[in-house]
Amino acid sequence: MNIHDKKVKKLEELANKIRQDIISMLLEAGSGHTAGPLGMADIFTALYFHVLHHDPKNPLWEDRDRLILSNGHICPVRYVTMAHAGYFPLKELKTLRKLGTRLQGHPEREKLPGVETTSGPLGSGLGQSAGIAYAAMMDKKKFRVYCIMSDGEQQAGNTWEAAMFTADNKLNNLTAILDRNNIQINGMTEDVMPLEPIREKYEAFNWHVIEINGHNIEEFVDAVEEAKAIYEKPTIIIAHTIPGKGVPEIEFDYQWHGKPPKLDEAKRFLDQLRTIGGKIKSEHQ
Amino acid sequence: MINQKAKLVPDLFDKSKLEMIPTRNGYGKGLVQAGEKDERVVVLCADLAESTRSHWFREKFPERYIEMGVAEQNMATIAAGMANYGKIPFISSYAAFSPGRNNEQIRTTISLNNLPVKIGGAHAGISVGPDGATHQALEDIALMRVQPRMTVFVPCDAIESQKATVAAARLPGPVYIRFAREKTPVFTTEKTPFKVGRAEIFKTGDDVTILSCGPLVYEALLAAKNLEKEKVSVEVINNHTIKPQDEKTIVNSVKKTKALVTVEEHQVMGGMGSAVIEMLAKKYPIPVEMIGVEDRFGESGKPDELLEKFGLTHPHIMRAVKKVLKRKKD
Ligand SMILES: Cc1ncc(C[n+]2csc(CCOP(=O)(O)OP(=O)(O)O)c2C)c(N)n1
Ligand SMILES: [Mg+2]
Repeated sequence: MNIHDKKVKKLEELANKIRQDIISMLLEAGSGHTAGPLGMADIFTALYFHVLHHDPKNPLWEDRDRLILSNGHICPVRYVTMAHAGYFPLKELKTLRKLGTRLQGHPEREKLPGVETTSGPLGSGLGQSAGIAYAAMMDKKKFRVYCIMSDGEQQAGNTWEAAMFTADNKLNNLTAILDRNNIQINGMTEDVMPLEPIREKYEAFNWHVIEINGHNIEEFVDAVEEAKAIYEKPTIIIAHTIPGKGVPEIEFDYQWHGKPPKLDEAKRFLDQLRTIGGKIKSEHQ
Repeated sequence: MINQKAKLVPDLFDKSKLEMIPTRNGYGKGLVQAGEKDERVVVLCADLAESTRSHWFREKFPERYIEMGVAEQNMATIAAGMANYGKIPFISSYAAFSPGRNNEQIRTTISLNNLPVKIGGAHAGISVGPDGATHQALEDIALMRVQPRMTVFVPCDAIESQKATVAAARLPGPVYIRFAREKTPVFTTEKTPFKVGRAEIFKTGDDVTILSCGPLVYEALLAAKNLEKEKVSVEVINNHTIKPQDEKTIVNSVKKTKALVTVEEHQVMGGMGSAVIEMLAKKYPIPVEMIGVEDRFGESGKPDELLEKFGLTHPHIMRAVKKVLKRKKD
């Protein structure tokens, strides 16, 4: 399923709106993560509005594609995208992190149907994805499993235990997506605990590796299609992303990993996003 | 009556005069102090330097700070190796991950090896707040206290945290110290006694004993003060060392009061209160009420909202006191 230019532009505009809603939502919550969610907005938009076979009105449909978010702290981008896709009303976004909410600070499977797994503690998503993929193969199910991971999580041993299992079992129904944004809490990943060469690591673990610009929806969709055609191996898409993408003053800055914007910041960020939004529209016209 | 020997702050119940500091800050300061005293002290941290306040040690002793990345299991084993060689490693993360994730590594490579690795677990309890259940460690005391050789501290404020951290560095074996994220009242002073394995009587009383640990000790004192108005005389004990347990102080107190309420920000099952009643069932059985989290996970919310919702604030403690007093009479 190739994606035509017109749809790409539409998705880019939507991703921009999703970024704006992430900012508003975090401002309202008063805590939460900014950099990762903004960086993954394009991929989440492409997933929910082009790639995934899913039904927002029936989130537990048994043949749905499974989207596992291993790095649970970027859940704001998932919540906002799900709301836009029709899983729940947009106004519920205001409840993020508040008492009684379904939108927990880190996503919980039982609270919000559709988030698939409870996550936050890093390094546990790939194993769960492989478990789902393995079980689905046992039952000859056709759906696909997508697992989003962060680069910080590549430092956790469990990730590599799961990577070994996935390749050993040739789980070609699983596609991993790595948010390669180069930041974590204490600084840049290559300063904290270097991951490179990450591509070669996965290749050595018998994975098929595709590298893309994580802000290019077309490249992402092509990579997803390529993964479907690889039979002998699982595929990982290394998505090079910019943390804080769309808000130039915070892009690449690891200090925005885990804090929300304050009121004046949020206003500026929203302005900056709207300006970019305008550009997307005018390019389209 | 407030125990004068406890040397608590003078304006104990004047919230406007109490300093509010999170207990994890005491860990950060204690690390620096321990590092100054003993150059074998090293600090390992799994990508949470500021949250655990380990960055203060990193600033002072960069060559003795070791960055682990997001790898708590590896952190425990590296620390075990360093202790095996002769260093005194402190490992810093959130309690949900250390000792939450690396429990077996701690058990075999640290406790069974009998090595002096000190585990600093930050962001314990539901008062972590909006991050939600995944990050609110409520099982860590239970995990750590069942390991042979492990000493377990749950300090009640930032000053006691610092003392516990410094004491941990001097102990020959493994130690777990639990910290909270939120700012809580600083109500002890430098002069407040802190001895490993000795519970401190903060307030004396005759009708009922409250044993507590962590920042909730302050809530226990508030409950005791309010109950005085109702002519109930409450003894409040700060049981900061869960293990080894101060049997003498605890048994002596309940021999006098013949009723006990335990208070902690942890699962009731397996926590500080459990440890106490396991002992009392043999030594001096009496009616007990337990305040803690009742076999469920936490959730997102503001810290004070959650403490209230989970029944951990002083009005709930007062209710438990009345309940246990009734049982004592029956
Ligand atoms: C097992 C575990 N250890 C520590 C943490 C605390 N933590 C949360 S996010 C994070 C940084 C990880 O880097 P990354 O996921 O790449 O962050 P981002 O790119 O979104 O800023 C850490 C250490 C955690 N959630 N889980
Ligand atoms: Mg990252």
